Amino acid sequence: MKPSTRTLLRLAPTLAVLTILLGASLLYGLAQSLGYLTIIGEKELNLTAYINLISGQGTAGREFWVSLGFSLWISLASTLLSAISALFLATLLNRRPFNFDTFALNWNLAFPHLVWGVFILLLLTQSGLLARWADALGLIDAPVDFPILVRDRYGIGIILTYLGKEIPFLTLLILALLRTQSEGYLLVAENLGANAWQRFRLITLPLVRPALVPGSLLVFAYIFGAYEVPALLGVRYPRALPVLALESFTNPDLRARSEGMAISLIVAFVVLLIVVFARAKEELQG
Amino acid sequence: MKRFLIWLALLAPLLTLGLFALSKGWFYPEPFPAQWTSQAFSRLLNDSRTLKAILDSLLLAFIVSLLSLIIGYPAAREIGLRDFPGKKYVWLAIFLPTVIPPLAIGMGLSILALQTGLAGTRLGIILAHIVPTLPYTVFTLAGVFARYDENYEYQALALGASPTRIFFTVTLRLLAPGLAVAGLFAFLISWSQYLLTLLVGGGRVLTLPVLLFSAVSGGNPTTISALSLLFLAPPVLIIAATARFLGENPNDIHERI
Repeated sequence: MKPSTRTLLRLAPTLAVLTILLGASLLYGLAQSLGYLTIIGEKELNLTAYINLISGQGTAGREFWVSLGFSLWISLASTLLSAISALFLATLLNRRPFNFDTFALNWNLAFPHLVWGVFILLLLTQSGLLARWADALGLIDAPVDFPILVRDRYGIGIILTYLGKEIPFLTLLILALLRTQSEGYLLVAENLGANAWQRFRLITLPLVRPALVPGSLLVFAYIFGAYEVPALLGVRYPRALPVLALESFTNPDLRARSEGMAISLIVAFVVLLIVVFARAKEELQG
Repeated sequence: MKRFLIWLALLAPLLTLGLFALSKGWFYPEPFPAQWTSQAFSRLLNDSRTLKAILDSLLLAFIVSLLSLIIGYPAAREIGLRDFPGKKYVWLAIFLPTVIPPLAIGMGLSILALQTGLAGTRLGIILAHIVPTLPYTVFTLAGVFARYDENYEYQALALGASPTRIFFTVTLRLLAPGLAVAGLFAFLISWSQYLLTLLVGGGRVLTLPVLLFSAVSGGNPTTISALSLLFLAPPVLIIAATARFLGENPNDIHERI
């Protein structure tokens, strides 16, 4: 059966706008990643950019594997730590009235990733707020005594920024699900002598899995593809993939552009796979 | 106690930004500013570049949310009220742009904008912003329509009202809160957009996040903080206004801004 003409007409504006903008941008991107650069009169398609990336050659390609590793590290660490903290927080908040806490958690939505990055910078640079307080308390004598927590080569500042932003998000998802479940299970288990750890592992965890797993995958995918935070709080080397992609894309060396575009498309593809997988999982679990 | 800690964690960014923004000549190792002043704000609000950035950001976000509402309305209505074959795929097609990183979309769009002469123009930026805002507008409105009772419209029709009159006196009034929330979300996403503006605007249109981003690389903490607070004002107001709706619908706009 086909949808009616009226349905198609009503869907048309949205679908047309999205398809044209998205389709054109992806097509142009793909063409450029394949070496189609009208600016320098290059019109023959080739796989040089992709081959460079895989073999670790070329302006951007040299850094590809290192950047991939770095991106995986910050995405994995941020996601895991956020998920664990959110689980903990949601369990803590579960037994209280909701309105207040959901407002408090939604409040964080007002703070864009960019502002969280600024906050972490002000807080944690070697002459930042915490360093000043540590000095006042006599814990350190000079800025250099304060550990390097932002613009560090392990991405600690980046991970902390994401924690601030993603923990409330995941906590909300988990709480929304817990809210629909009765507390009876926990009470029965408690009555039967289950300790806190057993109640958590055998009841809470299976209950929240349908929110926690897709939510975490979403967070991972977002962080893996995001540019702003690693650009603000990262170091020159190693760079996260999105940073490497954008900086190669704007490189005056036009050959680096194809590689930058190729990286960006690879990142998009990975992100897409993860999210589709997450959605499928969500649907299966109802 | 728990509650206090949560509030502290949630207010910490705001307090820290406020501390730096209102300070003057505050250097390491002073634990607190010796002098307090609102000079940073008056300096920014008298700076023509900042003022222009604020106006540009407001204008762009306003137009983007209005366009998203107009373009998305029919589709949201159909999705929210009807079942039709292939609905799942339509949903997927609208969902897709929310997933692809703005980086990939923006890089492609910047090439497209160069080819069509839209690079560095407000129109180009508006079109780029619609890619992430339109899906969220449709999703939010579709949710509103799912609880909408069309019978009020039939009632008006039976009483002889014209379609235009029905739209303005019945539909629009019933939907006003939902439309407002959807519009505010679109505003929020557009307002916080950095990457798409940078890539399509090519640095020629300076919005507040673009200004803030470049200030972070070279500015002093006081200016950066004051700029961040200006940047935060609309989102904070929007979240306060939509708090009730958000309480019922946790939603992944968190991952968009």
